[in-house]
Amino acid sequence: MSTTYYTKSHEWVRLDGDIATVGITAHAADELGELVFVEAKDEGTEIGQGEPAAVVESVKAASDIYAPIAGAIAGFNAKLSEEPNLIGQDPEGEGWIFKLKVGDSSQLEGLLDEAAYKASL
Amino acid sequence: MSEASTARVPLHDLHVELGAKIVPFAGYEMPLQYPAGLMTEHLHTRKAAGLFDVSHMGQLRITAKSGDLSDAALALETIIPVDLATLAPHRQRYGFLTNDRGGIMDDLMVANMGGWLFVVVNAACKASDTAHIAAMIGDRVHIERLDDRALLALQGPQAVDVLTPLCPAAASMRFMDAIETDVAGVPCTVTRSGYTGEDGYELGMKASDADTVARALLRDESVLPIGLGARDSLRLEAGLCLYGNDIDETTTPVEGNLVWAMQKARRAGGAREGGYPGAAQIMQQAASGVSRLRVGLAPEGRAPVRAGAKLFADADGQIPAGVVTSGAFGPSINAPVAMGYVDTKHSETGTALFAELRGKFVPVTVSALPFVKPGFKR
Repeated sequence: MSTTYYTKSHEWVRLDGDIATVGITAHAADELGELVFVEAKDEGTEIGQGEPAAVVESVKAASDIYAPIAGAIAGFNAKLSEEPNLIGQDPEGEGWIFKLKVGDSSQLEGLLDEAAYKASL
Repeated sequence: MSEASTARVPLHDLHVELGAKIVPFAGYEMPLQYPAGLMTEHLHTRKAAGLFDVSHMGQLRITAKSGDLSDAALALETIIPVDLATLAPHRQRYGFLTNDRGGIMDDLMVANMGGWLFVVVNAACKASDTAHIAAMIGDRVHIERLDDRALLALQGPQAVDVLTPLCPAAASMRFMDAIETDVAGVPCTVTRSGYTGEDGYELGMKASDADTVARALLRDESVLPIGLGARDSLRLEAGLCLYGNDIDETTTPVEGNLVWAMQKARRAGGAREGGYPGAAQIMQQAASGVSRLRVGLAPEGRAPVRAGAKLFADADGQIPAGVVTSGAFGPSINAPVAMGYVDTKHSETGTALFAELRGKFVPVTVSALPFVKPGFKR
């Protein structure tokens, strides 16, 4: 299993070949509470590092999810359309949100590892 | 708003003990939600009973300088365009303060408590409301801000069953009745009203007694504590306005679709027509119509359309049609709900409009309010 990296804005990212899988951390899922809607930008959309790539909505508020590294949207977790709360139940597994096709994986080096992320909370 | 300027409600320690997530709201540290979460709290209130702390709201005691309460009611009618002169003892009514342009300075509840008028106003407006009332009718009434009192709302279909053992008089009250009686041995104001669209009560008591009453109610296993988050989604499903979002100083009661709250006696041709700030504008609008109206909006799909979203008549966003003023996901109808102002020509129920959402245009349908059937015991 590849290494999981974290952002200060509470996303996680895992690279497999040139495809990165992105979700939000358990801490972020807990803070957001029950989710009612999740949506990523259209497949193929080029997203810069730190730019909004998806949105999660609770009853009360919408929150942007940012791309931890630059890439093109290469997929959305369709299960979330029916069950947005998969994110709350299994944020770093079944509750992944979108995939990115990554050109330059060196941006991962600027992200946090698990220990550094947990220390930042 | 700085942290230093936020005040605590009398039940602050209880909220913390119950695990509330506390946020600043209208100058107070208020419970946003409890560990059950907003969704559970909302649904529980609709099926059982929820306890809300609304002690941040302003409670006013108004009496007539003449000693005759009807003088106080008539004085209030000069700043509130609803029929207060015939408001019977132990009855409550919804109303609003208007400005010279017919805009709404605040919405409020007025109850005739027999010897005094009990007025409940929004937290953010209580200082300005009190100053306005004093400036306008201070020569005829005494105004006392009841800042040493708490206000709790018990809402939901089981509220009557929860409250009656602690307050026998509660069972025979009708919607919008208002009395003074004991709850759990504590002297309270009790009104059968609220802001969720459900049957329920609002209980006012001395701040030092609030903990006794709250704990007595929470001892009933059908009661959950409910935060401001669910209060907002409950009132929105019920089609009720949030002051500052859905109505404000720039919206009139006609535009806000609140003319129902102005009884015939205060409308054109009524026994006491006009005679309040902005009456000419409001009566002119009531007679010849307005260019925009507050309506309910049902977005298609699952994505909530939030306050501030622009509305269009066409799917390409070329023809502006209005703006959303409140929007959330409605847990009880399991779909997004919203309200907003639309050009009158697009205000008919069933009209298809489009809301701008993250650069796309989502179909929304103009809908009758409320979104849920009220549970009031009329």
